[in-house]
Amino acid sequence: MLIRGRALIEGMASGAVLRLTEPLSLWGGVDLSTSRIVDASHPQQGATLAGRLLAMPGSRGSSSSSSALVELARSKRAPAGIVTTRGDPILTIGALVAEDLYGAAIPILIVADEDLAILPDGASAHLWCEAGQAVLNFPGDALLGFGMPHLP
Amino acid sequence: MKLEAIDRALLAGEQGAAARRAMTLLVRYGEACGAERFISIQSAHIDGCLYHGPSSIDFVRRFVDLKGKVRVPTTLNVAAVDVTHPGWHCGARGLIAQQKKLTRLHEKLGCLPTLTCAPYQRMVRPLRGEHVAWAESNAIVFINSVLGARTDRYGDFTDLCAALTGRVPLAGFHCDEARRPAIVLMLPSPEAAGLPRDLYFAAIGYVVGRRSRGAVPYLRGVPQGASEDELKALGATGASSGALALFHAEHITPEAADMPTAGVPVETVTPDEVRAAIDRLCAAAEGEAVAAICLGTPHYSLAEFAALNRAVDGRRRADATEIYVSTSREIAAEVESDASFDGLRAFGIRIVVDTCTYLAPVVRQTSGLILTTSGKFAHYGPGNLGRRVALMTLERCIRSAEAGKVVEAC
Repeated sequence: MLIRGRALIEGMASGAVLRLTEPLSLWGGVDLSTSRIVDASHPQQGATLAGRLLAMPGSRGSSSSSSALVELARSKRAPAGIVTTRGDPILTIGALVAEDLYGAAIPILIVADEDLAILPDGASAHLWCEAGQAVLNFPGDALLGFGMPHLP
Repeated sequence: MKLEAIDRALLAGEQGAAARRAMTLLVRYGEACGAERFISIQSAHIDGCLYHGPSSIDFVRRFVDLKGKVRVPTTLNVAAVDVTHPGWHCGARGLIAQQKKLTRLHEKLGCLPTLTCAPYQRMVRPLRGEHVAWAESNAIVFINSVLGARTDRYGDFTDLCAALTGRVPLAGFHCDEARRPAIVLMLPSPEAAGLPRDLYFAAIGYVVGRRSRGAVPYLRGVPQGASEDELKALGATGASSGALALFHAEHITPEAADMPTAGVPVETVTPDEVRAAIDRLCAAAEGEAVAAICLGTPHYSLAEFAALNRAVDGRRRADATEIYVSTSREIAAEVESDASFDGLRAFGIRIVVDTCTYLAPVVRQTSGLILTTSGKFAHYGPGNLGRRVALMTLERCIRSAEAGKVVEAC
């Protein structure tokens, strides 16, 4: 399966998809010392973000979420990449500063609502995010014919 | 992006190395947001002064090392701890020193140490149509909606870069088209929902945040004469349950009359839905022990202190129940120096400044419920503090504090 989108933050990442069924505030919704979701009202409470490809239908809440993302990056508990449905300014600056301060690339891919909804939770995927080519690829599918770059 | 002379000068380092570094980040940010150019701002409100970990200090220290100074009036949001009452702090011991360092670094950049999430209540009130760069989700929604000023949903780091350059990308809620409503929500009245007013505004905020799904809502049915404190509660709760950054309330907020609603999809919020929000945020059983009452999320106004003063009049708090109110140092000083508020002191109220009890642990008892009138506290408190929290009216909070346990609603 191949999902096409738009690169908000460029970069590459691989990991298992963590698909959230509701928006999440990284600050207040996540324990920064473990990257575990602690928002009691969130359906995926208890899941951990570290190293995952975090797929979420928009974000919500605090303007501290950019700090939360950078603090997760500093302690190497950040998601490997983010797939979401809207260009969120708070996540954007968080990803830029994570790279600036700690060299941690957290690519962000914007996809359609209906594409996000069908991402298989837990499946391994590669995120390739650059201006001309922004895709999420699930290996095992035929890559040929899509004009895909060779992914690591 | 198309750069003006000032932007090029900032990028070339003509305003100093710190401004150059900030502008370099802002250009990357503006490009990611799809902005075409920059605009000037009149003020900034910084959320990055709340200590989250070493990264908070790493970011600011670089600008201090480069001898940066803010280029517009800049206020600071709440910190992680009340440094004026170190004995009340129940969290990690090292936090106080780290927070003091972070606040001091911001002061070196020229930020005013206001340390409040509601500077709009007293000190800084952006004008209608004025472009500013404010962070802190409740402040964003308040100044956009109630004051008609224009800020995007800035997060930590963008806010400081904007302050150090005086510039922001023309994007998001700075633009006319982003301020137009994409959904009309028909709200039930407090009477139809069967809710007292303070619960009503928290519940409406919660539902509006959820229903809006990131879009700007146009609200029909908000009670006329809604006070700034009530709109503050609506916005703060909506910004917690959703990403509410701007709402228009018919006949109430300043931009509402100019907003086109023809052809905008209309949804009706039912009384049941509003009551369900309350049930979700108030999962308390009568008779449960109450550890504390926490008020002032966002920071309490003088009018709210006056209402609290009336509510506690002639009552006596149970010894086991603590009561905390968060506010700014400025409002705290006013309350503390005014003899007409002696009733609050007699009731044993502790005024927390610089921070807020939904993120700074101050409640001494490790078991028992925390009661609050704030939808924002009820939303974040359980995750942040690891405590059970219940939302209820001020009147019921105070009667429960008197009994030391949850009492029935009137």
